[in-house]
Amino acid sequence: MHRAHILIAMDAHTISQGARTVKDALVRSLSLAGLTNEVRVVETGSLGIYNKGVVLVVYPDAVYYAGVTVEDVADIVSEHIIKGRVVERLWLTEFIEGKRVAYAAVPPRFSKQVRVVLRNAGIIDPESIEEYIAHDGYEALGKALTAMSPEQVLQQVKESKIQGRGGAFFPSGLKWEFAAKEKAEQKYIICNADEGEPGTFKDRLILEGDPHAIIEGMALAGYAVGASEGFVYIRGEYLMSIGRMRRAIDQARQHGLLGENIFDSGFSFDIEIREGAGAYICGEETALIESIEGKRGEPRDKPPFPPSVGLWGKPTIVNNVETLANIPQIILRGAAWYRALGTDACPGTKVFTLVGNINNPGLIEVPMGITLREIIYDIGHGIPGGKGFLLAQMGGTTGGILTAEHLDIPLAADTLRKVDAGLGSGAILVVDDSQCVIDLVKCFVEFFNHESCGKCTLCREGTGRLLELLEKISDGRGKMGDIELIERLATTMMSGAFCGLGQAAPIPILGCLKYFRNEFVNHISNGGCAMVDTKYAMAENDLAIA
Amino acid sequence: MAELAKVEKIVAAYKDIKTPLIYILKDVQKEFGHLSEDVLTGVARTTNIPLAEIYGVATFYSLFTTKPKGRHIVRCCNNAPCHVNGSKQVLNKIKEYLGVETGETTPCGTFTLEFTSCLGLCAVAPVMMIDDEVYGNLTPEKAMAILKDYKMKGRSHA
Ligand SMILES: Cc1cc2nc3c(=O)[nH]c(=O)nc-3n(C[C@H](O)[C@H](O)[C@H](O)COP(=O)(O)O)c2cc1C
Ligand code: FES
Repeated sequence: MHRAHILIAMDAHTISQGARTVKDALVRSLSLAGLTNEVRVVETGSLGIYNKGVVLVVYPDAVYYAGVTVEDVADIVSEHIIKGRVVERLWLTEFIEGKRVAYAAVPPRFSKQVRVVLRNAGIIDPESIEEYIAHDGYEALGKALTAMSPEQVLQQVKESKIQGRGGAFFPSGLKWEFAAKEKAEQKYIICNADEGEPGTFKDRLILEGDPHAIIEGMALAGYAVGASEGFVYIRGEYLMSIGRMRRAIDQARQHGLLGENIFDSGFSFDIEIREGAGAYICGEETALIESIEGKRGEPRDKPPFPPSVGLWGKPTIVNNVETLANIPQIILRGAAWYRALGTDACPGTKVFTLVGNINNPGLIEVPMGITLREIIYDIGHGIPGGKGFLLAQMGGTTGGILTAEHLDIPLAADTLRKVDAGLGSGAILVVDDSQCVIDLVKCFVEFFNHESCGKCTLCREGTGRLLELLEKISDGRGKMGDIELIERLATTMMSGAFCGLGQAAPIPILGCLKYFRNEFVNHISNGGCAMVDTKYAMAENDLAIA
Repeated sequence: MAELAKVEKIVAAYKDIKTPLIYILKDVQKEFGHLSEDVLTGVARTTNIPLAEIYGVATFYSLFTTKPKGRHIVRCCNNAPCHVNGSKQVLNKIKEYLGVETGETTPCGTFTLEFTSCLGLCAVAPVMMIDDEVYGNLTPEKAMAILKDYKMKGRSHA
């Protein structure tokens, strides 16, 4: 029996800050102190704390330490573990109403988070199926296979009104029903883990923090629609996610939770991993299918939609990682429980990634209906350097633009639609008022230009022309009339591009033009960017402080 | 030809997987460093997939390369979240230090500098990836120190 556990967040973020070397030092230090049998060091997924270096938690005291370096390890062991004294200088706390409160003791009304999808992330060891099982894992699958018909599972998902978290918010129950109705000897479930929308890393942290929830969700989908094979398509750059997922699948097979005749129910289901090879467009479901088929990832014409004609021509469900990770909880706790979270039109929680010019960036899970002001100022601790809020981009680089006037609208798919925005991938990019809007739009367009798959002319050539125009304006070579040309090009792409990439690319461009037209005009009449010199000096300054 | 034998071995390892071309190309690239015309011809011959189709795939995905690259591949992210946190200054410093533009390889063959789209590490932006390792919270100075380390040790950096 161990008297203490030290949980260390081991995700791609913390590893980039040296978590592995800290863990090794910790294990060494404990062994030197002869504590190996008393204190267990456990790797876990993201603890949701970023930009504070390596983070670990000592249990049973639930003391969070941040910014831990190899040099600090000896102190943690000799002070906290041996003498039971908290190492003040590393102790992670928050100030609430003037009082210092331990991170673990921050009341939920201040953290404003509700954890459904991320309930296990940072709590269990993602490499251990036993820990997932100990936290109700695979109970939903057991319940479904032993006590529910496929129709009942489908019915629960429909009644939960869950909408796809890949960006389009299509009702998942409906999608499943289309596939369930198809008669075919083979159907497929695909988990879309190609996460490539800039600013988004929610799927990565679910893959790294709770991979079994995805496997369970996929198996439930397979049972509901009559599919026996699943694929997880993970982007090639997500090496850690691929490793964790591979391990989880192996463990599930060993435990008989994947494979033939699961729970003696006659239902068989197995999962294969497919790796991407670096192409944003493969996140689009039909391009993804092409890619699994070993081809260039170019989108297909729709209809037919994948639930009728998908992978290798068979009925196929493509769902996002977050969507699938919600499913076990819906089956276990029921559709009514899920609908009680969030808003009527848009139930459930949403995982957001908060990035950009923000003090406390990271991954948060909140009920639908929260406001941007709460997210930026309460959860995100505001904007660094005392700067003002310029804009937020919602849902990734193809997302709409919100400004100060939108800070108080409740965030949900339906409410944002009214202001030409959406929740998209869940990324919230906060931009401070020292940034140049033209530079930012140029950055968006560079991305589209780089990632356009080249299949349709409007997107391939359009993104290139837009970039040229923006570069001209930015360098001071812009002419009156360029703005109108940008608008014409953007609206043409919106209505004529072949797939979602080209159709959505104009959204942030037109959004910035709508709210910051003057900036464009000023760049043209002043012969370029007035901010260039001061801006870079300021940015370097910030970096030096950080 | 020894190369063909290696390609055949890689292809054989995927015989139980449907449409495994991307996996095959990944392994082939790992083996040979890049996907030359010779090697792709070998893949075409062993898989019975037309060379044109294989070439189409090899040139579509950014993790594949048909030209030789440096020993270390430095991928810099310059998407919006990294951009507003100063990725351009970092990139400029790297370019200056290595003396190459993005897409180019240093004359000594040590580094190839590339763009990458968002690596999903934006909470520690700006970010770069060198081979399989990721580095966050970069400043121009920090990026340079990391590259210097690679150069000096000639090996990967933990
Ligand atoms: C250009 C483009 C990129 C996309 N990228 C992703 C992605 O990275 N991940 C994802 O889940 N969906 C992505 N989608 C949406 C998918 O096409 C699809 O709608 C989604 O995977 C369906 O899952 P859901 O119903 O669970 O949301 C993208 C769509 C487009 C047009
Ligand atoms: S934008 Fe650079 S890692 Fe996400």
